[in-house]
Amino acid sequence: MQHDAVSQAVEEGADVSEAQLSDSPLAVRDLTVAYGRKPVLWDVEFAVPRGKLVGILGPNGAGKSTMLKAVQQLIPVASGRVLVFGKPYRTQRNIVGYVPQREAVDWDFPVSALDVVAMGRYAKIGWFRPVTRKHKTAAFEALERVGMGDYAHRQISQLSGGQQQRVFLARALSQDAELYLMDEPFVGVDAATERAIIHILQDLRSAGKTVLVVHHDLQTVEDYFDHVILLNMRVVSVGPTKEVFTSENLQKTYGGRLTLLDQAIHAAAGSGRSA
Amino acid sequence: MMRISTHRNVAWWGVAVAFVMVALSVGSGVFAADIQSHAAALTIENTVLSAAQFKTATTNGESFTTQLWRTIFLRDYNTRVVVLGTMLLGIGSGVIGSFLLLRKRALMGDALSHATLPGIAIAFIMMEWFFEDGKSLPGLLVGAFVFGTLGIVCVVLIRNFTRIKEDAALGIVLSVFFGLGVAIMGVIQSMGTGHAAGLESFIYGKTASMLFSDAVLIASVAGFVALLCILLYKEFTLVCFDAQFAGSLGWPVISLDIAMMALAIVITVVGLQAVGLILMLAFLVIPPAAARFWTNDLSRLVVFSAAIGAISGFVGAAMSALVPRLPAGAIIVVVASLFFLISMIFGRRRGVLARLVQHWQLSRKVAEQNLLRALFELGEPTYAHALEKREVPAGDADVPFRALLDRRVWSSQHLMSLVESAKRKGLVRATPDDRYALTRQGLDEAVQVVRNHRLWELYLITHADVAAGQVDRAADRIEHVLGASMVCELESLLSEKAPHLTMPASPHVLVRSRQLSDAHKSTGDSC
Repeated sequence: MQHDAVSQAVEEGADVSEAQLSDSPLAVRDLTVAYGRKPVLWDVEFAVPRGKLVGILGPNGAGKSTMLKAVQQLIPVASGRVLVFGKPYRTQRNIVGYVPQREAVDWDFPVSALDVVAMGRYAKIGWFRPVTRKHKTAAFEALERVGMGDYAHRQISQLSGGQQQRVFLARALSQDAELYLMDEPFVGVDAATERAIIHILQDLRSAGKTVLVVHHDLQTVEDYFDHVILLNMRVVSVGPTKEVFTSENLQKTYGGRLTLLDQAIHAAAGSGRSA
Repeated sequence: MMRISTHRNVAWWGVAVAFVMVALSVGSGVFAADIQSHAAALTIENTVLSAAQFKTATTNGESFTTQLWRTIFLRDYNTRVVVLGTMLLGIGSGVIGSFLLLRKRALMGDALSHATLPGIAIAFIMMEWFFEDGKSLPGLLVGAFVFGTLGIVCVVLIRNFTRIKEDAALGIVLSVFFGLGVAIMGVIQSMGTGHAAGLESFIYGKTASMLFSDAVLIASVAGFVALLCILLYKEFTLVCFDAQFAGSLGWPVISLDIAMMALAIVITVVGLQAVGLILMLAFLVIPPAAARFWTNDLSRLVVFSAAIGAISGFVGAAMSALVPRLPAGAIIVVVASLFFLISMIFGRRRGVLARLVQHWQLSRKVAEQNLLRALFELGEPTYAHALEKREVPAGDADVPFRALLDRRVWSSQHLMSLVESAKRKGLVRATPDDRYALTRQGLDEAVQVVRNHRLWELYLITHADVAAGQVDRAADRIEHVLGASMVCELESLLSEKAPHLTMPASPHVLVRSRQLSDAHKSTGDSC
């Protein structure tokens, strides 16, 4: 019941009361980020319901990755509040898992796939302590969940792009979180890996976890996501995919960028047929 | 079974800790044994004096071998102090240098060591002013530490608050601070206090001026650095690899970065006197860079790097003790770069030679597989029959050398050497009249290659719409590198065209072997 109340309130654009927010895995209020004088995110406000796959869509430079970083306070924020299950993000870090963009790190680093996945356990291990067998086992299980058990002791530069992405996903899985934030996990992976990843995300959803995914391919939005956030510096629209992923909203989000617009209209036309 | 390497890593850390501990205990034990026989207050004059005595002793007819022996086994008190001190310095800087290198901050070390010079000079002037003795080492090092830190802060400020990039910021800070230092040194010379004589050892390094107390300082700092790096191993690793993720865990990335930099500053400052500020960078960068060629594992990298640093320090200091005019800093760099050169060429993981050998092995394998496929396709009906009946191929598949040579673009010498090596491996047999055929073992390998080749051709034709006449060349390259999982995938894709485990027919005319296959009326050669 409460889920519905939250999503309904969000759809109506009404102010969401604190009581209703307490159940939302991620509620963002009034988030503004600026690089120098140039605003990147402006007054971003949304709440996502629990146990959903949520796509974050928007043109290049819309601030999608920035928003994920700002939510986790990885970059300075001009204003805004982030609530995770009703409590400030700072106190809830250990139930948030993160998959950064694959290009963000140097894959020539002298560590194995298992070492990278074990990094997801570091917060649980605590300061100054070495990685114990228990945590290595947990990391190995996470690797097996993404079908990479055989590659545990490979140095990460010897993995293909898709395998590296799966290692990153396994690292987030080993965090054992309630809320996952994923920055473009489908970029640069082949179709088979994309299918494998979406299956894992669906498993997470069945386990009651909430997953936010920065996504580019408008064609697959309806197949993949229950909820979408359309973002272009501001939140253009947010809500269940069926209601929000319309040609009108896409035009508002991608407006002016003709090639993308065509793609968007095409995708929306598809959605009209299926609905 | 799960293969988990906890034990291996623990073992490696054990080695690392043991290494540091042994070095420390040997050092302190040796020092302790000697401390009674030597006056507690050793001064620079004392050292110079004993160095002079050492020289006299050598000129008094002691042979070079004896001298070498005495140096290597640290028979002399001064040599012992200097060599062990420098070794420990090598361990400490090898450990922190590994993280600096992985954080891509190696040049930061250079800026910071150059930035220490004005600190040393100013500390000297101030101490001269207040205590009439500017030579107190702790005072000088405090000055160096303050200015080293200042240098780093300047780089960070310039980088973060202007549009100037880090490389330019490093260049500016390095040259400005060093220039300032040289200028103040000039002022000191003209002050004429007479005490300033030893200051230039901070620029080029002079291990001989190291005292017992200095060695103790170096030992404790190196031990401290190594210990902190072991404690913060996991934290430093994550910050170096993925600072964003570390931030998302709520870790203070900036503080960890500062801690890492501070350890580098501390080790640089205590090393200044022995190695000199110009060459201190080599001690931080070369050992981990050399170690990287040998391993893909971070904990080993750290241990190897510490070992290379220790050996370079040992050899550098020992040589400089043996030949008094050789500056230790320079020898250390030469030894370390020798390690680097050897590692670059022979390194097991990423060395040039290892890569060349890999490349050579691959091209050899490819050539061999090409030979096997050529032999198979030239005598395909016979071999297909032999496969079906599961018997040794009959003699009528024997192919003259000339036909093989025409099959591909290869020189006759190359082909000859390939045939010879295949014969040695028992893949190919030769008849007295210089004709060649596959053995049973060779046939088995050839079947794999030909099968891969044809599966790929079929795939290209049916799934990628490539014309049948074009697929041979593409498949020629891919056949050698198709993995088992890829072959499985192809098999399932092409299941009706190429039933499991049978040899599909070539989808195109086998070029160059046309005369032969026409003669055989091969069923395999239909388009």
